[in-house]
Amino acid sequence: MIRALHKYFGLVATVLLLVLALSGVALSLVPTWDKLTSPTLNESELTVGELAARIAVHYPEVEQIRRAPSGQITAYYYANDQPGAVVVDPATGAGVSDYEFSPIVRWLKDLHRSLLLGDGGRMAMGAAAAGLLLLTISGAFLIARRMGGWRKVFSPARGTLSNRLHVKTGRLSIIGLLLASLTAIYLVLGTFEIMPQKTARAPFPAAVSGEMGLAPADMQALAEVPVRELRSLIFPYADDPTDVFTLTTDSGEGYVDQGTGIMLAWDNASTLQQVTEFIYLLHTGEGAWFWGLVLGLMVLGAPVLAVTGLIMWVKARRARPSLPKGVPAQKADTIILVGSESGSTWGFAGTLMSGLIAKGHGVHAAPMSRFAPEKYSHAKQIIVLAATYGNGEPPASAKGFLDKLAALETAPTAKLAVLGFGDRQFPEYCAYAKDIETQAAEMNWKTLLPLDTVDQQSPQDFSRWGKALGEALGHELELAHVPVQPRTHGLKLVSRRDYGLEVQSPTSILRFALPRASLLNRLRGRGWKRFKAGDLLGIIPEGSNIARLYSLASGTQDGFVEICVRKHSHGLCSGQLFDLAIGDEISAFIRPNPAFAPAKNRKPVILIGAGTGVGPLAGFARANHKKRPMQLYFGIRHPESDYLYEDEIGQWQSEGKLSKVSIAASRLKQVDYVQHILQRDGANVAEQIKNGAQILVCGGRGMAGGVAEALHEILAPHGLTPAELKAQGRYLEDVY
Amino acid sequence: MKNILTTLALTTALVMPGAVMARDITLTGTLKTYGGQGAYLAVYVTNANGGYVGTVWVGGGKSKYFQHFTHWSRATGGNVGNAMTGASVGSGRTFQVTFNLADTLIDAGYQLRIDAAVENMRDAPSDIVIPLTSDNFGTANSGRRYVRSVFLQ
Repeated sequence: MIRALHKYFGLVATVLLLVLALSGVALSLVPTWDKLTSPTLNESELTVGELAARIAVHYPEVEQIRRAPSGQITAYYYANDQPGAVVVDPATGAGVSDYEFSPIVRWLKDLHRSLLLGDGGRMAMGAAAAGLLLLTISGAFLIARRMGGWRKVFSPARGTLSNRLHVKTGRLSIIGLLLASLTAIYLVLGTFEIMPQKTARAPFPAAVSGEMGLAPADMQALAEVPVRELRSLIFPYADDPTDVFTLTTDSGEGYVDQGTGIMLAWDNASTLQQVTEFIYLLHTGEGAWFWGLVLGLMVLGAPVLAVTGLIMWVKARRARPSLPKGVPAQKADTIILVGSESGSTWGFAGTLMSGLIAKGHGVHAAPMSRFAPEKYSHAKQIIVLAATYGNGEPPASAKGFLDKLAALETAPTAKLAVLGFGDRQFPEYCAYAKDIETQAAEMNWKTLLPLDTVDQQSPQDFSRWGKALGEALGHELELAHVPVQPRTHGLKLVSRRDYGLEVQSPTSILRFALPRASLLNRLRGRGWKRFKAGDLLGIIPEGSNIARLYSLASGTQDGFVEICVRKHSHGLCSGQLFDLAIGDEISAFIRPNPAFAPAKNRKPVILIGAGTGVGPLAGFARANHKKRPMQLYFGIRHPESDYLYEDEIGQWQSEGKLSKVSIAASRLKQVDYVQHILQRDGANVAEQIKNGAQILVCGGRGMAGGVAEALHEILAPHGLTPAELKAQGRYLEDVY
Repeated sequence: MKNILTTLALTTALVMPGAVMARDITLTGTLKTYGGQGAYLAVYVTNANGGYVGTVWVGGGKSKYFQHFTHWSRATGGNVGNAMTGASVGSGRTFQVTFNLADTLIDAGYQLRIDAAVENMRDAPSDIVIPLTSDNFGTANSGRRYVRSVFLQ
């Protein structure tokens, strides 16, 4: 709800707010400019009477003396019936330059307050200020939510360049934007007299002495007022004995007799006036030039926020492949619920939706997190397309689905069909979809089709399922899905190091240059994603549509993209990678894998890997600038053949990035696998774990299994199990 | 006695045109190009010493700025009363006001004054003073700061 508010207000008000913000920033410079160009008052105790006397020497027919909040003193006079206005130097009373209220500033003010359109424009700008206030407040809530709570609001921002800029600028500008919009609303209400205003001068004195001719320097009332408090002094009309001096100061207003020089009547400035003036000061910075600059700087963030916000909105709309237009949930006879992590499942949902609509169904599609069975009054079937995330966890758009399901008293009347999306290479294949099926069975929810799965986004699997679905629905259903390719960049090979040829395990460390994208592309989220060690590089080999994923051994900070590749005898991708020469290019994209990374604290880390699994582990070590204790247990075949990263590992040890390194070689006399060196070091490992250490394992499935068993044995005497550590997030695996 | 009668005549003239011996006067005023925001104007009648008698027309939308009509607001307290009102007048623009003036006010020493004020510029009380005599009708009278000329007919 807050997000929708923020999005729609932002979109609607962008143009107005840009005008408002930019003109406001320009105006914020005016107080500083005024301060710099006005002659300064050096005598702090100069009185108004004395100043008036000095000015009267140069301008005998002086009419009004005004002092602006910046301290600038202007005198209005007539000379031979010609009106004149000058800026005076208070030290001499002489005019320094002709005074004219700059037409540019006047135009800017008019634009800022009313879009040059009079009262209608003022109302529009007032509405825009209110919109800005709402945007700022909703934005603050959104940042807190994104960062994971108000206490974490200042943690580092993540995401694309636009996301990060938006969050960082928002954090810097929020105070200024809040103040500017709140004070603006108060001032607009004042202009339209909704807030009370001062509408009349002090009441005119009943009796005036009728004398004339006393010099201002001799007037007692004027001698008591220092110039620093002066706002304006209006002289009496010439030859009019009933007229008086009108004196306005910071504390109020009054009238001074021109003959006797005493204060005839005085009106103190009311609290309302003082509050209004303070708010005016806060908004304009007039009289507080430094605050004006600060506020202007903060408001300068508004255009940045507008532009990045717009880009984020466009990108989010494009990220979800556009679904065909469905019908509202209440009217649909088929409900499609989608649980997607990276967005690819939505593509399948779109294909399914088109196919069903073509056969005359009324279809409504929604993320699984918006499961609302009470709305599905006409639904005959509910189809759930569920991807699995990580180790059987629900994907991003399915949060809370199982809970909602469990909370239902009776199963929905519509029939259920679950289709799981996953990758058979992972042990927990479609585990989440299976969980859904199990839960549904427990609730006696009638199914339309038994659980089916789609492996590695295969269009054939999907089309096969589509046929079965069509039979169940009583008509033909052809689903021809065309997968959406992720945006790839060209990566140029910079260096390669080959290992393991002697031991029949040809392995290469390939280093690619970071692709550079233009600023516009980076803002639009089409740049190369930020990545760190542990994330995945998706490479699309020639002759195939399906991407192969490799764990990254470096991060953006390191300045290159590095992976470890082992050549498989029948591997299409690994074969092509192995044949790369320096300067060749491949097509690749980044897939974040935040689940496999050391936790952000100072606790020790135990890295366990074998063969190419050392890649991300080396990346973690390389990035260990904080020098937290990291121990590496690395399984290879022969130290002289496939000891990947041998040199760097030595260097990292001397730099303190790795505290301990143990190598297990399987082709030496003493046959060691990783689990053996672990067991031998069991006491140390257990000690580290008791100190809160985290374990990261990367490598083949067989190795991972052996490591798990070894750890089980090591921890058993201490009353811990790997399963417990897993639950705490202290035992992470990247296994293939 | 004469004063009371005259005041009565004026107020009646303003409220019930035609009830008293009066004539319709058209005031055409042109402002100088003073280069600023729209000018607020207060057109009013005073006696020969500047004592306030009645208001003819006030131009300007926001009454909180009427305090800048220094002479006029002292007498009226900012209260426009039954006088006609209109919009502020831009720099260099012309404005026209038609009002009913009692004959007793003409050639009796009364004056028509205009107080003017512009945002961020000086206040100009009594920017123009026009003695209400028959020979002043049909001739242009010039003002000091904001008002270039006023034509009474």
